[in-house]
Amino acid sequence: MSTYRIQGATGDWEVVIGLEIHAQVTSNSKLFSSSATAFGAEPNTQVSLIDAAMPGMLPVPNRECIRQAVRTGMAIDAQINKWSRFDRKNYFYADLPQGYQISQLYHPLVGEGSITIEADEKAGIPEDKVIGIERIHVEQDAGKLMHDQHPTMSYVDLNRSGVALMEIVSRPDMRSPAEAGAYVSKLRTILRYVGSCDGNMDQGSMRCDVNVSVRKPGEEFGTRTETKNVNSVRFVMQTIEHEANRQVDVLEGGGKIVQETRLFDPNTGTTRSMRSKEDAHDYRYFPDPDLLPLVLDDAFLEECRASLPELPDAKRARYVGDLGLSAYNAAVLTADVDTAGWFEALLSEAASAQGKAPAEVAKQAANWLISEFFGALNKLGRSLDDSPVSHEQAAELLALVGKGTISGSIAKQVLEIMLETGDSAGAIVEREGLKQESDTGAIEAKVDEILAANADKVSQYKDGKVALFGFFVGQTMKAMQGKANPQVVNEILKAKLG
Amino acid sequence: MSVDTATVAKIASLARIKVSEPELEAMVPELNGILAWVEQLGEVDVSGVEPMTAVIPNTLRLRDDVIDADPLTGGDKRDAVLANAPAAEHGFFGVPKVIE
Amino acid sequence: MSDITDLGVAALRDGVAAGQFSAVEVAEAFNANVAAAQDALNAFIVVTPEKAVEAARAVDAKRAAGEALGAMAGVPIGMKDLFATFGVQTTAASHMLEGFVPQYESTVSQKLWDAGAGMLGKLNLDQFAMGSSNETSHFGNVISPWRRPDGKAQLTPGGSSGGSSAAIAARLAPAATGTDTGGSIRQPAAFTGTTGIKPTYGRCSRWGVVAFASSLDQPGSMGRDVTDCAIMLEAMAGFDPKDSTSLDLPVPAWTASLSADMKGKKVGIPREYRADGMPAEIDAVWEQGIAWLKDAGAEVVEVSLPHTKYALPTYYIIAPAEASSNLARYDGVRYGLRDLPDGAGLQDMYAATRAAGFGPEVKRRILIGTYVLSAGFYDAYYTQAQKVRTLISQDFARAFEQVDVLLTPTAPSAAFALGENVDDPLAMYLNDVFTVPASLAGLPAMSVPAGLDAQGLPLGLQIIGRPLDEQGVLNAGLAIESRAGFTAKPGKWW
Repeated sequence: MSTYRIQGATGDWEVVIGLEIHAQVTSNSKLFSSSATAFGAEPNTQVSLIDAAMPGMLPVPNRECIRQAVRTGMAIDAQINKWSRFDRKNYFYADLPQGYQISQLYHPLVGEGSITIEADEKAGIPEDKVIGIERIHVEQDAGKLMHDQHPTMSYVDLNRSGVALMEIVSRPDMRSPAEAGAYVSKLRTILRYVGSCDGNMDQGSMRCDVNVSVRKPGEEFGTRTETKNVNSVRFVMQTIEHEANRQVDVLEGGGKIVQETRLFDPNTGTTRSMRSKEDAHDYRYFPDPDLLPLVLDDAFLEECRASLPELPDAKRARYVGDLGLSAYNAAVLTADVDTAGWFEALLSEAASAQGKAPAEVAKQAANWLISEFFGALNKLGRSLDDSPVSHEQAAELLALVGKGTISGSIAKQVLEIMLETGDSAGAIVEREGLKQESDTGAIEAKVDEILAANADKVSQYKDGKVALFGFFVGQTMKAMQGKANPQVVNEILKAKLG
Repeated sequence: MSVDTATVAKIASLARIKVSEPELEAMVPELNGILAWVEQLGEVDVSGVEPMTAVIPNTLRLRDDVIDADPLTGGDKRDAVLANAPAAEHGFFGVPKVIE
Repeated sequence: MSDITDLGVAALRDGVAAGQFSAVEVAEAFNANVAAAQDALNAFIVVTPEKAVEAARAVDAKRAAGEALGAMAGVPIGMKDLFATFGVQTTAASHMLEGFVPQYESTVSQKLWDAGAGMLGKLNLDQFAMGSSNETSHFGNVISPWRRPDGKAQLTPGGSSGGSSAAIAARLAPAATGTDTGGSIRQPAAFTGTTGIKPTYGRCSRWGVVAFASSLDQPGSMGRDVTDCAIMLEAMAGFDPKDSTSLDLPVPAWTASLSADMKGKKVGIPREYRADGMPAEIDAVWEQGIAWLKDAGAEVVEVSLPHTKYALPTYYIIAPAEASSNLARYDGVRYGLRDLPDGAGLQDMYAATRAAGFGPEVKRRILIGTYVLSAGFYDAYYTQAQKVRTLISQDFARAFEQVDVLLTPTAPSAAFALGENVDDPLAMYLNDVFTVPASLAGLPAMSVPAGLDAQGLPLGLQIIGRPLDEQGVLNAGLAIESRAGFTAKPGKWW
């Protein structure tokens, strides 16, 4: 149970949140025409006669868009409707060439499903929570209006017009900004695993309509407002905070919440009523007579299911259960499909390089990736996508450590050089003479020198100041320029110090 | 169900058709005549009847996801798309400024 | 040989192929008739004599080169101005689309050009195909070439394909395209003594045809006789992957399989079409049709289509609902008329543009459609209508368990005078009482001329067939045609 409350003058208020997320379906061409969907093209170059709603133009649906929406539904354990239909949502706006959006109201493609957000004490999510998803339907995106190019005109670019969207509608199951943030992040993770949406929120591939209402705990739902097109997790959370506080102020001031569409201003972190949507809407939905019922057969559904990858929850459980990773590491590595993919490639390379089972090298690989490599990439302002070190190269580095050729601290040095030069770990170790010294004779000689030079400390140690052991290790490693095998150093020191 | 001037004005506004007051007055009886006539459908017993979805049994075909598969349904034809535009500037359609 | 323009599609095509005359001669002869009649009949919105000649030249060149000629080679036709034609203004007879020049060609018109037909011009029609008398065109009424004996009143050529029917009757074109939503091919054919067929919904692509009511609109062919309609329909029909409602079926060889022999066939006479107050002449022509089909060997039985009386109200919910949405794209943004009053915002521009661009009947239907789809009324009107539509369709299915085709009058009267019904939309709607049911059920149906009334005006008979059985419809049509011996044509007064 979320304990998030808005403290008002009249007591605590609970926030009720539902999200409608528009996720752009990953496809080459649009939902009902074959024009391209790529982001960033010159205005109106990716517009077909259909997208521009020329007289007599007709829609023909794209199989891939349907397939991706079905796979997404399967990934959230949702009911897939083998019989669905497209409806028209009628309204006039300059970014909507047909004067209606082809959407699905009465018979959506995907029905009831759910996703689980993980406990996060720090964020105020005490335990895992299941968020219900009411439906996913497929619809057309609108075009884009630009207001700043001309003093008296707005410009219309229809490149986005007709791009396929999945509208993923949650139940009003969230009770805090953190829960909503976690839901959006988790959904994004799932979409990226499935490959049905690239999740690029800054390019508008995922936009959230945030429904917020407040109530005294235990009372009926209050009137909600809908804030449109919020395009980052942080903004979603800000929208909720601001909107909840605003609503509490209104209610406590004796006012009423108006059911309305609002707009989030990222500059101020506030929301405001949207003028252009003031007109009370009557969308006059009815089945699109240009399209027939969409009937999916078992073979289609079977292919959709068979092509689903291992999903984040299953992967996380496997990382903990089979690979023995900590819950934290497993969560970090599965949070994004690319990270998990990189990790698994690294794991497989590292295991074969060391002749071990993946489970035996998993901890090493996970720890290195999370505590060493991410930091190093971060410093360079890079990510796994554009990492200068491939997973093959990283596996070689891990194998050098695993086999005792270099120590962990030398590995850090080697990684730095790898990032700079792009050379392989083996070549760097060879060239820089970084190979770890395991020759007992050489180490023994150095140990003897150090013990002799620090006779006072030796006697203190023997008197019981055992913490000095670390000092002797450090001195020996220093004398060996870090290349001594720490295990061998330990053994010799233990023997000599008695 | 019969409509009054206010209702007709509301419908006209939904349909984005500007109507003058006299036009509105003239439309009310016309629309009421037609509506009263179509309302005889209410007397038909339709229990257990599914609404028509496809007059000739047929289901939706899905097309392959290929860009510009048919030039007639593809993009990359800005000139054709803008050719009839009342106001086209810099590759855009121009409309009176919209305040969102 | 008499006048080339007295010949139909088959005779012209065969004559060109045989070298009796050149395609260019044919085109020029019809171009001349078009030009001579334009002021009087107003059948065309745009004439394109150069297009007709250009296509004819190509046919003549092909013939000279010994190449195979298409099924419509050398036949100039009229194109209803609802079909988008590349580079040629396409208006749907509206002010809204005045000046609109498509950068694309409709599938059906393209197929006709590919088959060797040429375009005489874009034919006038009721605005957005909404009307039964061709009085709603922004470009003026089409005047029927037919007149009553006193010659006083201007008569309607029917609608919405009134330019098509008038042009064929007046020998301005041997054939023309039509579109039929609730009778827009059949009723004008009946009013002008011409022949027209609306095929099964989905036979002809709707791609590039300005939409009126998507679930009902269907292109078809109009000509002087059944054979010409069959030839032309064969050229127009066929699967189009660009239209989701297009039927993925081969086009049968309708023309080759034409037969006027009705032996072993059963013809149904729907009891409910015997409307109260039906003019005796309509009843008589119907009886005559029954006699002809019996003579052709058919067995004639009475059948029942119990929901017939609900067809028109059903149609006048569904068609306006679909139209209100289909016509939302005419907003002054991307093409067509823009009316931007001083200082107007976007929504004001829409309202002004649509007020100026649509005629009264179009507005009326948009408002009806908007109303029946609006919140709180959707189920009572639209869902109810779609359910009744199911019942109407089931009535036909049951009848077709007993019979092969149905025979009915096409229209409840002969052509009326222009202006006679304009002030009473309901009276106008009743014109489609016999044609609308087949439209609602998506069935193939045609009108063939059957005789003249006491005023000397043509009357038509309608044949309705099973889904996909255009052949049965055409054959029954041919059986009537060959017995009716209809040769009447309007005297040339223009």
